[in-house]
Amino acid sequence: MAIRWGSYKVKGLYDELIRVAGKPRPAAEALCQYLHNLSDREIEEYKSAAEMAIHVMGVTFTVYSEEEGSIDRAWPFDIIPRIIPKSEWIEIEKGLKQRVLALNMFIDDLYHDQRIIKDGVFPASLLKNSVNYRKQCIDIDPPGHIWAHICGSDLVRDKDGTMYVLEDNLRVPSGVSYMLENRLVMKRVFSDLFENQDILPVDDYPSQLYDMLAALSPRDIEQPEIVVLTPGIYNSAYFEHAYLAQQMGAELVEGRDLVVDKDDCVYMQTVEGLSRVDVIYRRVDDMFLDPEVFDPKSTLGVAGLMRAWKAGNVALANAPGSGVADDKVVYSYVPEIIRYYLNEEALIGNVPTYKCFNKEDRDYVLEHIAELVIKPANESGGYGMLIGPQATQKEREHFKKLIRKDPRNYIGQPLLTLSTAPTLVGNRVEPRHLDLRPFILTGPDSVEVTMGGLTRVALRKGSTVVNSSQGGGSKDTWIVDDEVL
Amino acid sequence: MLSRVAENIYWMARYIERAENTARLITVNTNLLLDTPKSGQPGWQPIIEIMGCEAHYLEHNQGYDERTVLKYLISDTSGANSIYNSLKLARENARTIRDIIPREAWEFINKLYHNSKSTALSGYGRKGRFEYMQNIILGAQTITGLLAGTMLHDMGYDFLKMGRNLERADMTTRIIDVRSGDLLPEHEAMTPFENIQWMSVLKSLTAYQMYRRTIQERVSRPYVLKFLLKEKKFPRSFFHTLLEVKYCLKHLPRNEEAIDVLNEVGKKVLRADQAILVQEELHRFIDELQLGLTDIHQVISSTYFRHLVVD
Repeated sequence: MAIRWGSYKVKGLYDELIRVAGKPRPAAEALCQYLHNLSDREIEEYKSAAEMAIHVMGVTFTVYSEEEGSIDRAWPFDIIPRIIPKSEWIEIEKGLKQRVLALNMFIDDLYHDQRIIKDGVFPASLLKNSVNYRKQCIDIDPPGHIWAHICGSDLVRDKDGTMYVLEDNLRVPSGVSYMLENRLVMKRVFSDLFENQDILPVDDYPSQLYDMLAALSPRDIEQPEIVVLTPGIYNSAYFEHAYLAQQMGAELVEGRDLVVDKDDCVYMQTVEGLSRVDVIYRRVDDMFLDPEVFDPKSTLGVAGLMRAWKAGNVALANAPGSGVADDKVVYSYVPEIIRYYLNEEALIGNVPTYKCFNKEDRDYVLEHIAELVIKPANESGGYGMLIGPQATQKEREHFKKLIRKDPRNYIGQPLLTLSTAPTLVGNRVEPRHLDLRPFILTGPDSVEVTMGGLTRVALRKGSTVVNSSQGGGSKDTWIVDDEVL
Repeated sequence: MLSRVAENIYWMARYIERAENTARLITVNTNLLLDTPKSGQPGWQPIIEIMGCEAHYLEHNQGYDERTVLKYLISDTSGANSIYNSLKLARENARTIRDIIPREAWEFINKLYHNSKSTALSGYGRKGRFEYMQNIILGAQTITGLLAGTMLHDMGYDFLKMGRNLERADMTTRIIDVRSGDLLPEHEAMTPFENIQWMSVLKSLTAYQMYRRTIQERVSRPYVLKFLLKEKKFPRSFFHTLLEVKYCLKHLPRNEEAIDVLNEVGKKVLRADQAILVQEELHRFIDELQLGLTDIHQVISSTYFRHLVVD
């Protein structure tokens, strides 16, 4: 017997499956018992069965390499699932719906009356500095006033068990195909576990996505033409674009396949001739969407697309300009945004965030810089960040100077200890840090949240970097019905 | 079906066929050199000319010694029709349509590309060349078989077959040209060798056996040419490839113009009898057929692939 939960160390951590050494959480009991009963050989067999399934299904992500152009690699997958009890998930789901509802109202407001600024809740200066605010979108009314139709919000859990939203991805969030494929792999490999437990299904996502997109169609017809717009095979998420198109039975197109005609309608070029397109699920960034309006050098987009969108002849999901709500300063305002539009308190908190242009916050940050993570507002991808506890005295002093000079550009957050889950290392289990990306679909008359989401896990010991390009992997996420336990 | 997808399928098929045909052409010429007397050997320059890449070759190379030419034909990376480049482009096209072609076919294309690259050296010298070329030819045939046996035979498959057959027709004319045109000067001293050479033309197209079954005459120039240009039932004959393309076009919408153009080329090849007999006439005639192929390609491209310009 290879996996002994008694020697699995969770001291000082919040583990998703194990409460204290040897004691699984209630929703994870059946799984832990099952794993405990496996021999080394069985574990090996399951691992290779999973690898085989991934290979056969062709689950890949693209890693760019100079020599070969881009190549596909299988995305590392850990066979031990992460479990969330249904009772907890129901609350998280409510919180996510609330959040996305408010964010959509916020985006719509920013492109219309800007009441939230006039009412003094959100500072005008922050909007001015926003790199993702698109003037071209002012006064446009997308169907149902929804802008961010597909949102991926990253959730993390701190060591005391509290869930926080770490960031919202409102532009072209990716990863949902891995969520779907991970479940398929697990069902192939651990079919007996699924028979004996209430693990809630995830696989209706593609049809929900299809229904949501179809509801955006400007033409009221039986089968609107829906396409997935991809930047092409060299994009790191190409696998997902192709996968979703296939699953929805939609055409996978590139910018050069589409054309906007004199009637301001979008057509795709087929061997039968031009064919009208109603809804575009675009996986191309705003700036490349339409060379007439944005980057004129872009070859990924379609000239005239914004014209067609403004005229209401085509729906774009997500709407251009949605990204205004996913930069770090806006993020720090989400609790206020929810209060302002919905008159409710946020059900899922933000990671506590100190906005340095508030004097009180700034004083706190300057005093406690050794405990905090400092992030610049307009950078992404971890650039220009200070991780206080790991920085030298000199680096901290340097950041204090930067903050005093330009307080508006900095936020401070406490360094979280992300929760862990048991992960196979050889034939043993060790805790590894993880996060969770659920996806929220918002249409004119429905809001759906994926059952769980994509759990990303940092495979290196102690690491909290979960990105696929940097040694991250993924796990299946189980929402287990705990009322029937 | 998206125009771009149709175009990618078409070019994937063309490039696979091109790699195979280049391998065949190299094999023909290697055999020819073995069969002809040392004096009067045409060498490799005509092959470069027939591939239509003389200027490009001379930009990067000097002289036409065997190894330099072979290296160029197998491995050149700078945009010529080398085996390496053909397979690379076939693979690039296949990559973008991985949801259209069956997985095994994609994997095999990938494998053929990698193998041909890693064993390229063995094709430069004469010792390993036959085997290297044979691997390319069989590899391409395997892909054709995989696609025929597992791909959906829908419109996409029609574009695949059109690409393959137009490329095949092109190379059949080129191979005929090698033998009949500049390569062997019509010279009294050559006649004893001539029939052996026509036999090797047939063999290079794996046509010898089929010729024997169809035409009971001994192997000689007029019959071989007639067989390679006009035989309805032989898959590498020019006329047969045209019939295949026509058959595909009939499944496609808006096909009138393309079929008209194709019929013109078909009429031309059926009137080949005179041209076959006289050397100079044949060379001109082959040129005409090649222009005809270009016309067919262009009408397919403008009907199905070209993106409308909106003004």
